[in-house]
Amino acid sequence: MTTANVVAASAVGAAIPKASFDWKPIVLLLAVMALAVPAIGSTSSWLTLTVAGLAMGLIVFVIASGLTLIFGLMDVLNFGHGVFIALGAFVATSVMGYGAGAGWGGFFSILAAMGVAMAVAGAVGWAFERIIVRPVYGLHLKQILITMGGMIVGEEIIKVIWGPLQIALPLPDELRGAWLFGDAAVEKYRVLAAAIGLVVLAVLVYTLNRTKIGLLIRAGVQDRSMVEALGYRIRRLFVGVFVAGSALAGLGGVLWGLYQQSVTPQIGAQVNVLIFIVIIIGGLGSTFGCLVGALLVGLMANYTGFLAPKVALFSNIALMVAILLWRPQGLYPVTNR
Amino acid sequence: MSDEILCLRGVHTHIGAYHILHGVDLQVPEGQVTMLLGRNGAGKTTTLRTVMGLTPASQGSITFRGQPIQARETPDIAQLGIAYVPETMGIFTDLTVQENMVLAARAARHAGELDQARLDWIFGLFPALKKFWLYPAGKLSGGQKQMLAVARAIVEPRALILVDEPSKGLAPSIVANLIGALRELKAQRTTILLVEQNFQMARALGDTVAVMDDGRVVHRGTMAELAADEGLQQRLLGLSLGAHA
Repeated sequence: MTTANVVAASAVGAAIPKASFDWKPIVLLLAVMALAVPAIGSTSSWLTLTVAGLAMGLIVFVIASGLTLIFGLMDVLNFGHGVFIALGAFVATSVMGYGAGAGWGGFFSILAAMGVAMAVAGAVGWAFERIIVRPVYGLHLKQILITMGGMIVGEEIIKVIWGPLQIALPLPDELRGAWLFGDAAVEKYRVLAAAIGLVVLAVLVYTLNRTKIGLLIRAGVQDRSMVEALGYRIRRLFVGVFVAGSALAGLGGVLWGLYQQSVTPQIGAQVNVLIFIVIIIGGLGSTFGCLVGALLVGLMANYTGFLAPKVALFSNIALMVAILLWRPQGLYPVTNR
Repeated sequence: MSDEILCLRGVHTHIGAYHILHGVDLQVPEGQVTMLLGRNGAGKTTTLRTVMGLTPASQGSITFRGQPIQARETPDIAQLGIAYVPETMGIFTDLTVQENMVLAARAARHAGELDQARLDWIFGLFPALKKFWLYPAGKLSGGQKQMLAVARAIVEPRALILVDEPSKGLAPSIVANLIGALRELKAQRTTILLVEQNFQMARALGDTVAVMDDGRVVHRGTMAELAADEGLQQRLLGLSLGAHA
């Protein structure tokens, strides 16, 4: 091949803005944490609440990350995401109940519950995509109606299998109690939940940024038809992301159930509101925005719960309104959306 | 006459309730640059999208190297060796220039697996891409984005490249650069179907030409014939190529 320098020097040398990361949402997150110190008045209480808030935020992130990817890549508003949360939590009650009878250790029991919950939620997610979601691709109103219907049906099936009543999901002995740092108490389970959330985050960041599949997902979020025009079957990717998102919701359901130490068939619907707030705050389709949004929601819920319990009832809605007034497309809007 | 690599016969395309293509007949000879000309709304972009399966044909046949492709899905069509540069450029603005290129190279899993010799050739054509290799593509200028769009189409050898109005909205100097790059592709006997409204570019690059009007091909011939016949230009396009020299 011959080489021809056909582009004028002016075009080559044209200045373009340096690639820059948007730090403002991170600064907001840190500012919320910093402002909470004088408001709470006690460093130890602040530390306890902050760790609890970050742990809650990371659990919510695990649940919501799948939903934001499903929306971003597939343009599907899946109001049925909550059913996978509930499914994960109920599967955990069965697996951990079996584990207690079989004499499994606490950690092994939790790991087994997580693995089985992810597998079951992923498999049900695959069927959910095929039967419920696939016929309504591109039809937002129908997606909302049919996925909400799917969640109602799913909840009823859960009641048939596990019964309509609340089921206890106690923490294993190894995870009960807290570590004390001075006067601050950091619950063991919340540290574990935060660690699992960080592992999920690391896996997602690696997959999205270091693999070709991640590249396809990020490109597909922006322009699906162009990804197809480059020769990739994005429908297979859709199914894969839906299954992975459902599995993550199942994992999140286990973590949330253990966080609440009880499970009801309505757990999915309850968490659904929270995760929609998170993905709207973060910017629909944005994984990093979802993380920052989830951490903000977790911190706000814990701080306001301590400072003004009545305000805590609508703190997340107020946070969403404030964020949308500042950035109508969320903290990290996805380009082209 | 070269063999036809792409052949459309009686192709009709609807977009929703609108009937856009009304029986397009078009042949693209291998190893040549075929210009697809016509006024706005004549159906040029829809023709390219129909070939790619992005706006599927409702009637008629499209064959690529003799294989019917009108019922195939877009990824299958692309995998046959057809690259597409849309009018909107289709750049993934949140991805870096490098990531855009890795995505376009189906055989490469990461930047290290890109064909380095070919990449050097592309950098020779478009040095700006080398300079801004690790920058988000969304930060590039319009001309640089167009270079990236064309570079993506040639990052791996392709049998046919469909390019939709690459000069649209670009400064004359950048258009001249693009013409130079496409000339080099032409010199290597790359088959190109190029939709263009810039007649300077059309005349500089085209071997054969098809003119569309109202969803049909109303004229086929060589670019040299059309460029030499001002009366034909007036009748088909409403203007004279001579006026755009």
